[in-house]
Amino acid sequence: MKLSKTLLASTALVAAGATAYAAGHGMADSMTLVSWGGAYQSSQQNAYVEPYLAMNEGVTSTWDESSAEAVAKLRAMNEAGNVTWDVVDVVAADAIRLCDEGLALEIDPDEDLAAAPDGTSAEDDFGDLLVSDCFIPQIVYSTTFGYRTDMVPEGAAAPSQICDVFDLETYPGKRALEKRPINNMEWALLCDGVAKADVYDVLATDEGQDQALAKLDTIKDSVIWWNAGADTPQLLADGEVFIGSTYNGRLFAAIEEQKQPIGMMWDAQVFDLDGWIIPAGLPEDRLARAKDFVKFATDTQRLADQAKYISYGPARASSAPLVSTHAELGIEMAPHMPTDPENSKNTFLYNYEFWADYRDDIDAKFQAWLAQ
Amino acid sequence: MADTAETDAFVAFERVQKSYDGENLVVKDLNLSMPKGEFLTMLGPSGSGKTTCLMMLAGFETATYGEIKLDGVSINNIPPHKRGIGMVFQNYALFPHMTVAENLSFPLEVRKIGKSEREAKVKRALDMVQMGAFGGRRPAQMSGGQQQRIALARALVFEPELVLMDEPLGALDKQLRETLQFEITNLAHELGITVVYVTHDQTEALTMSDRVAVFDDGRIQQLAPPDELYEKPQNSFVAQFIGENNTLEGTVTKISGNHCEVRLDNGELIDALPVNVSAEGERTRVSIRPERVEFNKDRLQEGAHLLKAEVLEFIYMGDIFRTRLRVAGNEDFIIKTRNAPDQVRLEPGQQIEIGWLPEDCRALDAI
Amino acid sequence: MSDTSAPTETAQSGPMLAADGTPLKKSLARALRRQKLRALLLIAPLLIFVLVSFVAPIADMLFRSVENQIVSETLPRTTNALADWDADASDSPDEPVFEALFYDFFLAQERKLHTRLGTRLNYEMTGMSSLMRQSGRKVDDISDVYFDQFDDLDKNWDEAEPWAQLMGAPDWVAKMEGWEKGDRLPAFKLAPGIADLLPKTAEIYGEFAKFTINEDEKSLLKEEPWGVVHTALYQDLMAADVSSYTGPQAEMLKTADAAVVGFETVGFKDGFIEIDEDWGSREVWTTIQMYSPAYTNGYFLNAVDMQKTVDGPQMRDEDEQIYFTLFKRTMFMSLVITFSCILLGYPVAWLLANLPSRTANLLMILVLLPFWTSLLVRTSAWKVMLQQQGVINDVLVWMGLVADESRLVMINNQLGTIIAMTHILLPFMILPLYSVMQTIPPSYLRAAKSLGATNWTAFWRVYFPQSVPGIGAGSILVFILAIGYYITPEIVGGTTGTFISNRIAYHISSSLNWGLAAALGTILLGVVLLLYYVYDKIVGIDNVKLG
Repeated sequence: MKLSKTLLASTALVAAGATAYAAGHGMADSMTLVSWGGAYQSSQQNAYVEPYLAMNEGVTSTWDESSAEAVAKLRAMNEAGNVTWDVVDVVAADAIRLCDEGLALEIDPDEDLAAAPDGTSAEDDFGDLLVSDCFIPQIVYSTTFGYRTDMVPEGAAAPSQICDVFDLETYPGKRALEKRPINNMEWALLCDGVAKADVYDVLATDEGQDQALAKLDTIKDSVIWWNAGADTPQLLADGEVFIGSTYNGRLFAAIEEQKQPIGMMWDAQVFDLDGWIIPAGLPEDRLARAKDFVKFATDTQRLADQAKYISYGPARASSAPLVSTHAELGIEMAPHMPTDPENSKNTFLYNYEFWADYRDDIDAKFQAWLAQ
Repeated sequence: MADTAETDAFVAFERVQKSYDGENLVVKDLNLSMPKGEFLTMLGPSGSGKTTCLMMLAGFETATYGEIKLDGVSINNIPPHKRGIGMVFQNYALFPHMTVAENLSFPLEVRKIGKSEREAKVKRALDMVQMGAFGGRRPAQMSGGQQQRIALARALVFEPELVLMDEPLGALDKQLRETLQFEITNLAHELGITVVYVTHDQTEALTMSDRVAVFDDGRIQQLAPPDELYEKPQNSFVAQFIGENNTLEGTVTKISGNHCEVRLDNGELIDALPVNVSAEGERTRVSIRPERVEFNKDRLQEGAHLLKAEVLEFIYMGDIFRTRLRVAGNEDFIIKTRNAPDQVRLEPGQQIEIGWLPEDCRALDAI
Repeated sequence: MSDTSAPTETAQSGPMLAADGTPLKKSLARALRRQKLRALLLIAPLLIFVLVSFVAPIADMLFRSVENQIVSETLPRTTNALADWDADASDSPDEPVFEALFYDFFLAQERKLHTRLGTRLNYEMTGMSSLMRQSGRKVDDISDVYFDQFDDLDKNWDEAEPWAQLMGAPDWVAKMEGWEKGDRLPAFKLAPGIADLLPKTAEIYGEFAKFTINEDEKSLLKEEPWGVVHTALYQDLMAADVSSYTGPQAEMLKTADAAVVGFETVGFKDGFIEIDEDWGSREVWTTIQMYSPAYTNGYFLNAVDMQKTVDGPQMRDEDEQIYFTLFKRTMFMSLVITFSCILLGYPVAWLLANLPSRTANLLMILVLLPFWTSLLVRTSAWKVMLQQQGVINDVLVWMGLVADESRLVMINNQLGTIIAMTHILLPFMILPLYSVMQTIPPSYLRAAKSLGATNWTAFWRVYFPQSVPGIGAGSILVFILAIGYYITPEIVGGTTGTFISNRIAYHISSSLNWGLAAALGTILLGVVLLLYYVYDKIVGIDNVKLG
């Protein structure tokens, strides 16, 4: 196993190096990568930016930690006619919007992305995760819950299902939820007796939206609403909240790296995707460099390597078996992946289509409800 | 130095000292008492402590040591607003956001005087300073002189028995200053109020005051009516500070009662009145007012000592002639003579002899 | 008056004249013009900077808040055809509108503009986004009907060159043939007469040619035309007689002309409803119709919790009203913050103005100290201080003033925003207050006291009125800064302590509804200007002093 992996890795390196050399002419020698900062960005730096730069002497890269405002900024750059970014890391929903607005380049998976080592085409290897024509998936992450293990009331079991979040009697204390309707509305309906399969049908109606808000109303006074993914781990660490939603990688860092007394509650976690897009309208040399980088950065080994640094699942099916141990902590990463069978008994996949349509409408209602 | 009996003193400073920094005394052992109705001026160069004294009296500064009494009662611990002392400031301190009438009405309002009475008093006070028509104006719309009249009226409107004035005319031009000097003294005497007036202008002090206290170095150097101050300065500082003055330095050679002889440093001998000297051999500085110097021998006493002098400069000043001489090595010796038909006009270069009455030549302390 | 010189002499008869006889006014104006010009030159860099960095963005914002060209630009034919449609008379428009929609939509879809339109219209009607995206994928269903039949008839109908020869002018085709990669592509020119013969085809092919040459920069001799041209050709052939045509590809055209009569057809309306039944819904069409004009008040209506309807502007449902609440809250909290700044800043400014300068300078450094730390750091520090497990609560619990289970909630609400923002904006109150107080001589207070006023009366009646201009200046500064504040309410405001600017930021960076954000910003600007005007009327702007 180990030998074959090393072999695989080195062949991939050689192959990638060869293509990089062959195509090295006519490419820009610097690129601006946009990401989220923090642990996620450093996992990208370690897993594929550094190897790429090592293989391509003379190429430099700069990070811009602007992914949170990527859509707005790209739109502004596009209007100004001066796109300064080469490769941008965005969540899938943003990638869809960028694609809709014509701000991201459409890609051809089989031509622009590396095939799996066993020859499976990129299109098949990524499968359903290619949710937009412009989107090159990197990781599967999930929005899920973490709770303070030391704040679990005496005599009560640790929270293990989504409806425990809405159960103030058994689990008193503050909750941290994201200050937007997405995910919260689904969870509320699920805990108000709506079957998982019907959630979006119900949520598409006015009554369903009212129902979800009414359910959220029952815990509204105990909720601290967060805007940034780093908020919940901090609130948990400070003991400000008992339980809170955030990205699973953030919780992993708080639990395993900072040794906080926090437990994971995976029930009804919502899968989402994060990946690259290449902005539309790049000059030819920069476009060539961006494509070359993205092809390398999303190959099977690179995506598997990323999981050494952060507990997000690789977006390629072929990467999953290669996921190993954490680069520093040495612990097995697989059980910490949201996609691990033990963790993914009850999951949602972010409904891009639904939210693209209903986002504005439900958000208005949600904000009005918050302001009451 | 107070020569009024302590008992009927209206304002009294008793052994008052003041220090700001705990190291230097700004006011050193001040004793002063004034009777009711007196117009007293505190005169002195800046930094002499006169304003500090005024501020202590007003209550804006506290005495470090000693007592200040008003009408026999110690006011050391009475806050300014309860002292009932009127005050006029150099920059007028008229409240810019109020009209003249409102400014005048202010002290009456805080004394809870009824509206009709207030208006009557304000009107009277304004008429008193000939500003009756200005009630509706704002301070900024008036000239400096007008503002100072209003400030005066405001200080008087609540009928205080004591009014303090801190260089009130300092910012005005000469002519206006003279008119106001006259008006202020008249008002003070008419109303019978007691005034403490601070100035560094000696003419002002001499023309207005019943008595003048000359301050220097935190002490009263002399406290006397203007004529006495001018004619009989008690020490060199006062002599120098008040009016124009010729000084010659020398040593007392003979002293007896009201007369002494002084040998000047160039060897010449003069007659003088011993004021601040007590023994032969003491160094002294004699002072002679320019208008008391005589060069017409006929007008001098028999046997008076004469000094040789050379005319250096003759200045025609209209009402008087001012002649600068070299006397006993002093090149700034001035004499003043009245412009009269029979008056001699001295020519530069002329050699003359000058003299004076011994009582006009005061032998004071040497500095 | 007896010794008057020339100008005053003429004063009675006419305008004053200068020495040379020109009117004095004119002469003065000329003398001043040079001065003015020089002054203008001096401020020119600043003026240009202000214009570029301030006036232009505001103008752009004002423009965006009403701009709505995207609908008529993306669907020009449809909006034209839809103008006469009466929503009350029929549920959905007739065939001609759908025909226009087909051409518009197909072209938009090829140019990737349809999803952008979908995003735009989704702000007004939920579901437009996916309707547009899905229809974009399936619009081929209609065009393929004709494309396949033409293709079956003659494979050349799916070739680039025959089409180019048929539609393009011969000299253009010649230029095209001589073109080599890297050169500039020659601009497309229609063949003479073809526009009369095949008007629709010429129009649509023209659009295709323009896009391919300008955007794609590819050769029309290599690029097969979009499937939509076949539909246009079908329609043209059905209507026209091409027997007299003798130009290039006449043979192919005539064969087709003969064949089209027997072609299988599809109705545009049926086709679209087949793609998505929402195309038959009245709501979709009224939305498109309402937002057809190039300028709209829709954003502004939205910004005041209203919406456009067929029956004119109406209030939104109560559970969707948010902006009015936010505007009200922003005003209220900005006022509270301004007031607390006055309350806290006044004594500090007084102290600064009355202390000896050495101590005052030290204190001034302390006042300015917050300016040297990042806003984010300061706000985060407040978070640490105010949260339930934070420093203040810990101290209170430790002192026994507050029970452990009833710790005070001081953050993630209005209180948190007010505390943090008062702290942050305090220097803006203190500085103008300080500089005004410095100009108030201490003798005023002394005068008041000597006149019999107690300390309080002297302060309130004499000192305070004179410091009002400073309060005015500080209040304007603080209020205007507070009203547009964004980062602090975002971090510590929770749900009840956020401002309208947070919503503007949301629409700029998250929902991308820049039109609405611009409308909200414009209203905010209007409110500030209005308040400024009211302030000027009541207090007088002359009474505002910065020192």
